[in-house]
Amino acid sequence: MTFGAPIPGTPVFDGDAAVKGYALNKMCFSFNAKENRDAFLQNEEAYCDKYRLSDEQKQAIKSRNVLQLIAAGGNVYYLAKFAGIFGLNVQDIGAQQTGMSIDDFKAYLVSQGK
Amino acid sequence: MARIIGGLTTSHVPSIGKAIAQKEQESPYWKPFFDAFKPAHEWLAREKPDVAVVIYNDHGLNNFLDKMPTFAIGAAAEYHNADEGWGIPVLKPFRGHPKLSWHIIESLVADEFDITMCQEVLVDHAFTLPMALMYPGNIDWPVATVPVMLNSVQHPLPTARRCYKLGQAIGRAIDSFPEDIKVVLLGTGGLSHQLDGKRAGFINKPFDLWCMDKMRNDPEALARLSNHEIVEKAGSQGVELMTWIAMRAAMTGRVKELHATYHVPISNTGGAVMLFENNPQPHAIAAE
Repeated sequence: MTFGAPIPGTPVFDGDAAVKGYALNKMCFSFNAKENRDAFLQNEEAYCDKYRLSDEQKQAIKSRNVLQLIAAGGNVYYLAKFAGIFGLNVQDIGAQQTGMSIDDFKAYLVSQGK
Repeated sequence: MARIIGGLTTSHVPSIGKAIAQKEQESPYWKPFFDAFKPAHEWLAREKPDVAVVIYNDHGLNNFLDKMPTFAIGAAAEYHNADEGWGIPVLKPFRGHPKLSWHIIESLVADEFDITMCQEVLVDHAFTLPMALMYPGNIDWPVATVPVMLNSVQHPLPTARRCYKLGQAIGRAIDSFPEDIKVVLLGTGGLSHQLDGKRAGFINKPFDLWCMDKMRNDPEALARLSNHEIVEKAGSQGVELMTWIAMRAAMTGRVKELHATYHVPISNTGGAVMLFENNPQPHAIAAE
């Protein structure tokens, strides 16, 4: 790709990701509105079907796994709205993606200021 | 004529909104960041700008992937904030300045920037929180606003060089606005942070300090960075540096740093604030 060499551990949301993730990101974009967050919680599968998620995307949504959601084309800015439904913040999703405990992840953030 | 009196660059992480709502400004975690705005408050109280031109990146409140503008400018009489999905309070509406917006739009398009013009913009935390940091206490906003959005979501992103040139063109546009108003510039975002992937949590203090040094003395050096280099050194969301670059380039006069703070972490981010004064070039004074 024109962006350049891959950077380890660093997704780049390019055209390929945008094409792959369109349905998933569109659903997550809808979560700006409370009524849509509520509708998702009421019937998760029906909501995913309404946005025509692929099987991989549905599976990733079910798993609540951020790395899987990114692999399915999710963009972190939209995924953050999905995480928000469950009250998860960027430390929670950071800990999940790096395999650290939340305390360890927070300590890692602090350590980089030293 | 309009005059750019200076400006502020700041991080805009959403948790600032929570900290304000929960009144945590004096907590040990937040105090170093909030304290950085005290010099700005004094400066703003003294200078009393009329308009804030806010250069920021939308995070999926206003813009979606169906139509993603690289550069977009608001030209409305009023801008609303809205629910972003993760529970920070919605702030009250902001006054626009349609005449200045359209003047900037006219000038930019004449300058060959093919920007998107917007009659409606939902302004997200990257716009609202820096405004709340500049003007705390839930007061009526004392300035009109012009939102300028740069795409930081969908690659290919505009290059640092392009953002620098856009900033220069915005600076020229404001300088040529015939009304006698004072304009303050905001660049909001960054500095280093990465929310996604196995490298999530990455912060690069040496690079952030280098960027702040270049903001002071050599902004052209920032324009020479490639986006690959910025992602590598500042993390995937560190690309928000583009807002700082454009803001700095828009200051067309003699630029003096009034204040700078760097504090890690705020949320997952290298928290940085810089305040600049912009004085007219000597030839500009002579022309008056």
